[in-house]
Amino acid sequence: MADWKESVENIVYSGRIKVPYKWYVGEVGSRFLTGIRDNKEFWGTKCPSCSKVYVPPVKNCAECFVLTDEWVKVKDTGTLESFTVVDYSHAMQPVKAPIIYGLVKLDGADGSILHMIGDVKKEDLKVGMKVKAVFADKREGTILDIKHFTPA
Amino acid sequence: MGKRVAIVGFGQTYQRSSRKDVNGPELINEAVRAALEDAGLTIKDIDAIVIGNMDHFEGVNYVDSWSVEGSGGVMKPIFKLTTGGTTGSTVAMAGYYHVASGMFDRVLVIGWEKNSESDTTGAIVTAFNPVWERPRFGGAIAGLAVEASKYMHNYKVTERDGARVAVRERLHALNNPYTHLHQEWMKSMEIEQIVDLLITSEENQMLAYPLRMSDMCPRTDGAAAAIFASEDIAEKIAPKPAWVVSTHNRHNYALLGDIDWDSNDTLESASKAVFKDAGIKEPFKEIDVCELYLPYSYAGLKWMESIGFCGPGEGPKLVWDGHTDMDGELPVNPSGGVMSSNPIGATGLLRVGEGALQVMGKAGDRQVKGGDVKYAFTTGFGGCNWADVMLLGKKKPS
Amino acid sequence: MEKIAIVGVGQTTYERNKIETFDELVFEAATKALKDAGGEIGDIDNIVTVSNDFWDGRTISSMAIQDAAGSWGKDISTVEGDGSFGALYGMMRALSGSFDTTLVVSHMKGSESIMNLITNAMFDPLYQRSLGIDATSSAALQARSYMEMSGATEEDFALVSVKNHKNAKNNPHAQLPMDVTVDDVMKSKKLADPLKVLDCSPISDGAAAVVLANEKGLKKFKKDPVWIKGVGHTSDSYTLGYRDLARPRALEAASQKAFKMAGIKDPLKELDVCELYDAYSYMELMWYEGIGITKEGKGAELIKSGETGMDGSLPVNPSGGVISAHPVLVAGLTRLIEATLQVRGEADKRQIKGAKTALAQGINGPCGQAHCIFIVGT
Repeated sequence: MADWKESVENIVYSGRIKVPYKWYVGEVGSRFLTGIRDNKEFWGTKCPSCSKVYVPPVKNCAECFVLTDEWVKVKDTGTLESFTVVDYSHAMQPVKAPIIYGLVKLDGADGSILHMIGDVKKEDLKVGMKVKAVFADKREGTILDIKHFTPA
Repeated sequence: MGKRVAIVGFGQTYQRSSRKDVNGPELINEAVRAALEDAGLTIKDIDAIVIGNMDHFEGVNYVDSWSVEGSGGVMKPIFKLTTGGTTGSTVAMAGYYHVASGMFDRVLVIGWEKNSESDTTGAIVTAFNPVWERPRFGGAIAGLAVEASKYMHNYKVTERDGARVAVRERLHALNNPYTHLHQEWMKSMEIEQIVDLLITSEENQMLAYPLRMSDMCPRTDGAAAAIFASEDIAEKIAPKPAWVVSTHNRHNYALLGDIDWDSNDTLESASKAVFKDAGIKEPFKEIDVCELYLPYSYAGLKWMESIGFCGPGEGPKLVWDGHTDMDGELPVNPSGGVMSSNPIGATGLLRVGEGALQVMGKAGDRQVKGGDVKYAFTTGFGGCNWADVMLLGKKKPS
Repeated sequence: MEKIAIVGVGQTTYERNKIETFDELVFEAATKALKDAGGEIGDIDNIVTVSNDFWDGRTISSMAIQDAAGSWGKDISTVEGDGSFGALYGMMRALSGSFDTTLVVSHMKGSESIMNLITNAMFDPLYQRSLGIDATSSAALQARSYMEMSGATEEDFALVSVKNHKNAKNNPHAQLPMDVTVDDVMKSKKLADPLKVLDCSPISDGAAAVVLANEKGLKKFKKDPVWIKGVGHTSDSYTLGYRDLARPRALEAASQKAFKMAGIKDPLKELDVCELYDAYSYMELMWYEGIGITKEGKGAELIKSGETGMDGSLPVNPSGGVISAHPVLVAGLTRLIEATLQVRGEADKRQIKGAKTALAQGINGPCGQAHCIFIVGT
């Protein structure tokens, strides 16, 4: 009975899942993104309990579980907390490899923001280096309105 | 051998066709804060969290990880369950098991959905087998239309009977400030008139015979959260907690073609198991109120029979005689039900929560039986005729 | 509190491009676990399946396999996260008074999709996903953070790969049994600096199952029980950048909870073997610190000491670990199964002599966001 397995042709069926989405950023996130789009400014929210300033901003502080109630403007410069140079390319990446990702702690914020690092030589990347935001010429209210961060 | 468990708090957001002002984690946060406030607890009092929704409906993989900052789960025990439409009731059952195990005393259960962010049909079609079913399948409605047609054929049920259920749900919704659909125009008309209007109006599009738009549930954004507590502390938190008397489920089928379209045997089996645990012999007499997951109108007829509230084919009479209206013997869906609001990941939990509010006497304008509710019977539905059942009660189970 | 035992375990082999469908894999693992327990599906009171909609390419992924897991006429639920969390939920259900036995089964076929796209979908669509971040690039950020904090080097990470691939040679289920040197790892293709191919786990397919029973339920089976002595689970914050990636505080909390329940005060001394979730080489060093078998920043020192090698005082990943086989969602349950086999004395060539108490770790979410720790023993 089992010998049919020897000669069966194993078929593979290919497909894609295409489901369109539109995600509502919410009022808090919208203020953040429009701030970048319209004024090239970074705004974060501050927790009244622990005083942490979050960029990107949050409606509630995750650690204290209270609503944030204050907007704080932070600088467009910061410190590189971590980085990686990615050598592979896949459909979801905005630019072709090599892409450099970094976690940037903006001056005035606690925690860091994820983005790309550009106009830099791989060898020069160092944790702790100062970086500055470079904005895209055409900005549409998304995180890609920031083109990348670059050594300051 | 297992703790007894009660629901001591419940919160829900206002349910709307789209909540543009918040993203997913923020929506969840609203429901969580509402539940904590209802129970008079803080997030620090919560020992563990259970959350659920359908990933493809928000387009985020690992949704529990993503929403942890809004759900209160940072540095807490948390995991996610998902079982399609039954997700809300599945997470309620998980909340129950977390506490019944003795491992946790106060467990927060969250169900949510932002349907506005996705193409629901596009996402639902992916629930079906990619090789055998998906190429030809038409979304959630197709299966329900088949069931309704067969039922109408078997028992000479008419479109008016289906419409009568829709009207009940939507009239009940008028008492519920949280629910999505508020069809105020129904207030000024007699039930018979509304039924006639629904089945003759050209605006009320036929989607898949016999189902019209009015027979179906909406797509909704919303979140709900419930707090389950152990017998050691439940009564200190809530003076009249809603005890979980029994809960069971059956998810027997994987392929639509395998379903027995003549009966909802999974709902029947799960209900029987719950009634047996509770020692309930005459469900119609002994249950005071139901919050049933009825995704479409004819379910409000056929599934009453499957549960055992009446005999085969007797659903229409039960409904037309007014027994399931607010002042009837067995009010069904005082909240307005799924047909008035369907944030899918939350919907099953809304049934449990609304049932709990009825037992606790906190259901406001939609409270039945003057607040004296001995048993509330709640169900969840999804997938291939999957059925989840949870019976809530006023008295602590022995 | 009553005790729960693991009384049956079953796993498929882990490899790429398996021909079996999801339900065939689930059926294989479930039947193996039942056979191992000396029971059959009728002895199971309820079921917990584990799967993920994105990985499976279908909404309600559990629907595809519930009947292969024996769901007919039974209470059943589904955890969407690592299999270890499924086992935890199965344990709760067996303690609740409603059920005496639970079958937990997890499945995954990494080969059916593109890992980078699927894991990219784990990230926040509002601020992170469009950057193209995925599991490997985010892990690379964490690895770099850890290197900064601890002074660990890429060569230190390579030691994990060397140890675990060699250990995998003793494991018939493992996908990548190999003899590699630190040099091989260092020369392997760079993916996302500092991570190279040999620092990363493979794409895998497979399924695993366990049968859990409370003391009453045990009577239905023939196998000697392995007891769950302690368990704990905790999740950290989500947004990359809001938590300290180098310090796994959620793992610490989960471990402490499990140790407290098990009455363990000095894990390095009291544990005989560990199965940790090394999805990437550097993770094993971080997890040493998180579970407390070494101090913060000293992970590299511990591996260099040889104590976590097969001949050491606390062998880690005698099975070859996740770097040798990574069916996502299954791998944590596999760690639990391996830990169980060790304390039973049934781990064949990979057996650690006299193992009586073992730790198993499952993780969920990007960069080890959430952890589930089990302590098992005889």
